[in-house]
Parts: sequence; structure tokens; C-alpha cells
Amino acid sequence: MTDKKDLAADGVVIEIEKAVVSYREDVALRGVSLSVARGSFVGIVGPNGAGKTTLLTIVNGLGKIIQGRVNVLGHSLARGCPASLRARIGYVPQMQNIDPRMPVCAREVVMMGRYGHLGFFRRPSRDDWELVDALLEKVGLAHLARRPIGHLSGGEQQRVAIARALAQEPEILLLDEPTASLDRRVKEEILAQVSGFHKAGNHTTLMVTHEMDIAARLCDWLVLMKAGRILAQGKPEDVLQQEILKVLYENGDGQYYLPRQRRIANWI
Amino acid sequence: MHNAFLAGLLGGVACSLIGVLVVTMHISFIGVAISHAAFAGALLGTLLGFSPVAGASAFSLAAASIIGPVADRGEFNPDTPIGIIFSVMIGLAFLFMGLLPGPKTEALEILWGSILTVGENDLVLLGVVCALVVGAVTLFFKEIQAVIFQREVALAVGIPAHLVFYGMLFLTGLVITASLRSIGGILIFNLIVNPAAAAYQLTYSLKKLFALAGLFGVCSCWAGLVLSYLFNLPSGATIALVAAVVFVVCSIISPKRKVKKWRCERFVGESSDLLQ
Repeated sequence: MTDKKDLAADGVVIEIEKAVVSYREDVALRGVSLSVARGSFVGIVGPNGAGKTTLLTIVNGLGKIIQGRVNVLGHSLARGCPASLRARIGYVPQMQNIDPRMPVCAREVVMMGRYGHLGFFRRPSRDDWELVDALLEKVGLAHLARRPIGHLSGGEQQRVAIARALAQEPEILLLDEPTASLDRRVKEEILAQVSGFHKAGNHTTLMVTHEMDIAARLCDWLVLMKAGRILAQGKPEDVLQQEILKVLYENGDGQYYLPRQRRIANWI
Repeated sequence: MHNAFLAGLLGGVACSLIGVLVVTMHISFIGVAISHAAFAGALLGTLLGFSPVAGASAFSLAAASIIGPVADRGEFNPDTPIGIIFSVMIGLAFLFMGLLPGPKTEALEILWGSILTVGENDLVLLGVVCALVVGAVTLFFKEIQAVIFQREVALAVGIPAHLVFYGMLFLTGLVITASLRSIGGILIFNLIVNPAAAAYQLTYSLKKLFALAGLFGVCSCWAGLVLSYLFNLPSGATIALVAAVVFVVCSIISPKRKVKKWRCERFVGESSDLLQ
């Protein structure tokens, strides 16, 4: 964990201390602590119900902590996440069904990423539209810019969501399973774009994923979560150990799915 | 008649613009729920001896104000609290009617309205609310667009989405309250749903949706008034039917349902075996 401290010395942008989050009778996070250094690409992995999405949403204030402390970009979120701070955090939620009749086109959805910065009473300027068009070009959707958002395929909608988050010119980018239920080719294209944007931009990226090989390939820090707690965190080569993964995916009945060591070696 | 046309213009625009919000957010029934809240409030006013209009306004604005918070706190879709409010208001209205001796004419007028006998004060109120709605839609267009798209996304990009959503519901309550005496609860519901639904058949652009809905709302009101005058028909019912006809016509000519035949015909007879 010394490496983590070295990273933190560059400037911690997210500091979570003993965060507890509860939805009704379920406790989603059970005293989670995590600090994320500026510029790092953090992968959050673990089985379903581990609290990965919740961990992501307490960073931009969409998830509410009932105990603990969250500090993002130097602001304490004790009293919620102000709109001005949310505007600095790009968020790509899990893929959702969009009503095909929704009267909004792809270009307008990407422009929504600028709305938080514009504030009330200000219309998008020519510069804003140029930025939006450039982002659509980068994600390969310039030709579909004026297509209703509900008419795009799942992969195209995900690219629009990523472009929208990038239109915020974010300091932190949160991605919640950006490639879930997409085919291999689209998945690889989107991940290459995400990786490219992370390297080119000056932001910190947190990505929830179920796919360990992707996490190992793209991320410089992995957080392994299980049952609302962080089981392990560190560099991919340090945490992707059979003993740790065995505990991560053990289902309570003593049974678990564990990839073979050879495959684990391939990820790293 | 001059006042009726003016009421048709102001009420038509206000109700239709609000209609775009409620139709795109799938909460069309809010019109009925708030109208009946106004009816219950008017009856309470009559029962307790204060102005039925004041009672109607208080009840409809209160109903519009609590739908959003109840939906969010209870983690419901907004249609659930709308249904709860509707049923409670119907219950209260029947309770007050049971307790109220004598005629309930003034309260019933609020439910049915009377566009032909609109007074100066009602027109001023309608004008102010119409200006408020047009101003709000123009000034907060981008916030409204984001909230209609996905409230979670609107929140995430830095828009105070809850505030905007509650504001949209309150504006709906305000329009219904202001239109009650001149247009009436039943016709308001018609003018909220039909012009917006008709416009929805013709475009995928939110801006055009607002413009077309406003146009259809005003045209329905004016055409209904002219037809009711020419054929000596009840004006409210005629306006409602004209608005419904506009919707049917737009549904039939909707380009959204037209399959580009030439594109499909190209594929008829082609082999479906991609490996050939």
C-alpha cells in the first residue's frame, strides 16, 4: 500500500472515511474507506450486490451516506453535493432503457453535459456546440448527432453518455459498467475510447466493471468489493491473486467461480 | 365572445405548454387529480363560508406541491401519488357535498367552467399565468429538457433537478387554478393532454413540440368556439371534441409511423443467408 501513499502525495481528489450507506433495510456500504489520487484510473470490481455502484454514487452525491465522511475535490459532502461540484464530476450510469419517443436528439443529450457549467438563464454558446460536435466526432457518432436518442442502439447510447460526461470537462469521471451487455467489438471500441480520454484528459477515472480482464488492463488501481466492504485494494498484479479472488467470489455455500491461474496471469 | 376568444388564446397556450411537460413525463392524469382537488377546495370554501375560488386555488396548489416530494420520499413513480391525491380529493369532495346543505352551483361551475362568460379579472389572471408559463419554458428550457430526459442525469450534470421538477409540477397546479373558472376542470384536462399528444405525433424536437402544442391548443379553442356559435352547441364540449379530432388527424398523418416503403422493398426477395 506504500504505492497508494505515493499516489496520494500527488493530491487526493476523493477521500472516503468509514462511509455507511443504507437503502431501506439493506446496508449497501459498511464502513468503506478509500482515497483516490488525482489522475489515477481506479477499477471497482466484485460480485453483484457488493456495493460498487453505491461507492460510485457517494462521490457525486447521488448516493447519501448515513455515517462517515466523504471529501471530493476539497469539498466535504456532509451536507450533500452542491450542483456546482456535481458539474465537475462526469457520470455515466448503467445502461438504461430510453423511451424511443423521447423528444431529444443525441447532440442535445451531449450538450446536457454543459448545462451545469452554464447555470440558469444562459444558453449554450457556439463554443459549447463546437465542443459537443467534437466529442461526437471522437466517439464516432457525428453522423447520428441529430437522431433521436431513443432510436440509437445500446452501444451508441453508451457512447453518447460518455460524450455527455466528457462535455462536462470533468475532473473526475465515474463510469458504471460502461460496456455491460455490449458485444465484444463495441466493448473494445468503447474501452479504447475511455482509456484514450483518460490519458488525454487530466481527470481521475473510477470505473465499475464485472470484467476482471478489462479492469486489470486499464486500471492502475483496483478496489475489490464484497458485501458492502472493500476486500482488498492495490495494483492489479498485487490484488489479482487466487486466494483473494477465491474469497471475493465465494458465495457463502463454500462454492465459488474462480478463473484459472493461467487466465489471471493473462489479465496482468 | 371577444373575451372567450382571448381566454381560448391564453388558456390554450398555457394548458398546451404544460401538457408537453406532463405528456413527456407520463403524468397526464395530474390534470384530473388537480382539477378534482380544486373541486374539493371549492366545496370546502362554500361549506365554511369563504370564497370557493380561494378554496379551489389553495387545494389545487397544495396538491401540485406535494406530488413531487411524496413521489421522491416514497420512491414511487409520480403517477402513484397522483392517483392517491385524486382518490383523496374525490373522497373529500363527496364528504363536503354530503355536509353541504342547499345548491352547490358555484363549486360545480369550477368543475365545468364557462368560457363564454369569462370576466375581466379571470382574463387578467389567465394572462399573468400564461406569461409565467411561456417565460418559464423559455428561460428554463435546457433545465426542463434535461429533467424530462432523465432526472438522474440532470442531477449528475449539475442541475438542481428536484427543484426544477417540483417547479414544473407547481406550474401545472398554477395553470389549472388560473384556468378553472374560465375553462373548467374537465376542459383543462382535455387541453392539457390532446394538443401535446397531437404535437407528439409530429416531431422529435422538444422545441417544436412546445410550439406545435401551443398552436393546436389555441386553434382547438378558437375552432371550437366558432363551431359552437355556428351550430348552437355547448362551447366547452365542442372545444374538447375539436382538440380530440386534431389528435386523431395528427396520429393518422404522423410521420413517426410511416415505414419508408422504398427502403423495405429493396430487401424483398434478397437472400437472408449472409454466408453466401
